[in-house]
Amino acid sequence: MDFAALAPSANSVMPSVHPTSQAKEAAFSPYEDHGGTNLAIAGADFCVIASDTRQSNGYHINTRFAPKTFKLTDKTVLTTAGCQPDCNMVATRVRQHIEWYKYTHNRSISTAAIAQMLSIMLYQKRFFPYYDFNILGGLDEEGRGAVYSYDSIGSMERVPCQCCGSASALIQPFLDNQVRNKNQKGKEEVTAFDPVAKLSLETTLKIVKDAFTSATERDIYTGDSLQIFIVTRDGVEEQRYPLKRD
Amino acid sequence: MLSDIVAQYTQDSTSYHGDLAFSSSNAWQGDVAKQFGQLSFDLPNTGNPAEFLHQYTDVKSDHDALIKLAHGTTTLAFKYADGVVIATDSRATQGSVIASQSVKKIIEINPYLLGTMAGGAADCAFWERELGRRCRLYELRNKERISVAAASKLLGNMVYSYKGMGLSMGTMVSGWDKTGPNLYYVDNDGTRLKGNLFSVGSGSPFAYGVLDRGYDHELQKEDALELGKRSIYHATHRDAFSGGYVRLFHMNEDGWEFISLTDMDDLHWKYTGDAAVTAS
Repeated sequence: MDFAALAPSANSVMPSVHPTSQAKEAAFSPYEDHGGTNLAIAGADFCVIASDTRQSNGYHINTRFAPKTFKLTDKTVLTTAGCQPDCNMVATRVRQHIEWYKYTHNRSISTAAIAQMLSIMLYQKRFFPYYDFNILGGLDEEGRGAVYSYDSIGSMERVPCQCCGSASALIQPFLDNQVRNKNQKGKEEVTAFDPVAKLSLETTLKIVKDAFTSATERDIYTGDSLQIFIVTRDGVEEQRYPLKRD
Repeated sequence: MLSDIVAQYTQDSTSYHGDLAFSSSNAWQGDVAKQFGQLSFDLPNTGNPAEFLHQYTDVKSDHDALIKLAHGTTTLAFKYADGVVIATDSRATQGSVIASQSVKKIIEINPYLLGTMAGGAADCAFWERELGRRCRLYELRNKERISVAAASKLLGNMVYSYKGMGLSMGTMVSGWDKTGPNLYYVDNDGTRLKGNLFSVGSGSPFAYGVLDRGYDHELQKEDALELGKRSIYHATHRDAFSGGYVRLFHMNEDGWEFISLTDMDDLHWKYTGDAAVTAS
């Protein structure tokens, strides 16, 4: 835009339109990808939810410890990837609604109810989506592991295991192979319709650590350290595990 | 007494308030069900929300947007002498990534109504869930089941009030009411068509090819179900956005009935085996 032409000079008339009204609006760009990877695996009587803690922006690493997995209740954990402010806002609001549920119904909310509520909350932002990919993990009413996977506007599905975030294309096929025994002759497959994987907690933790150490080698947005949340009937236990920091 | 309770959860039943409210706080104070009775959606603070949405989300699976939404793909339904056959694939794609091979694209609205899912997975799931709620309220208020025509019109009117905002939904509402089996196509433009045979989604041209070849109103139930299954299989074979499992439902006067869920790989070897036998 030619600002000189708009500027009033001594021998010119004022432009009929005020200069500021001709200012061009900058693009409204509320999203940023902060990278990072999460996964969740449902076992017979446990659920493991894990995420790395690196937060980056393009080629710049913002911080090596930005947790993006949130303990919601004694049996439910939410893990998020995408734009950090959006992730935090989702977690904050889910927690707020869990409080309200408790005051309204005088009992703690089930994992299935949180799952449906999260879907509706994400869809309320259908026309201004959160840039946030969620996985909800926990125990269901029968005490089995439960993993719910979402897209950013609330499409929801219960699955035995799921990975999302920057290294999801690296880790998900590994989980399909190791957790669900997909396309392996002689091993019983865990179909997508089975609610849980047939693995011990010990094996599950090994698979989770292997998945993240391998993804760290090939994905620049994944690394630094790993947070693992283990949900059992005794509650939620958090473990930390170092990843490569380069 | 009951109608008092129903009234609590209903707005004026003669009008639908589909206006978009800009709300910065979405407090669900008190009764969540009451809050849900009045839909409100957050909007970006820009002059043109629809353009904003188009810029950041992939409305179809063919452009590389920041926020990838899960999409559904081949679905079909047809009416014949004994009822309605409803069949879908089960693949969801986010861009070129297969997000899931196990999507439930047939949505049970109530025991006599089924909806199918093509287009945005979240859009279909959300609005058909909302349709289920409204159909239930209709039953409580009128002491009889809603007709398929009325149910499909409720859905059509709901999404029509958001026309141009970027919703993506192509659905077939099928059911059995006083008039017998019924089938309607409803989409996000507000199109609502009554018909005997529809297929929706990127795989639909392939499904139509097989379906039109084999369709006959007087088909036996067994053959009709097989035709539905085979049509989906051929669509998944030629359309990369379709795949996974064939999910098959049947609608008769007692409501819907789940028939089968078949792995596409098993079907492939079954059908190619058949072809080898007939060729020799």
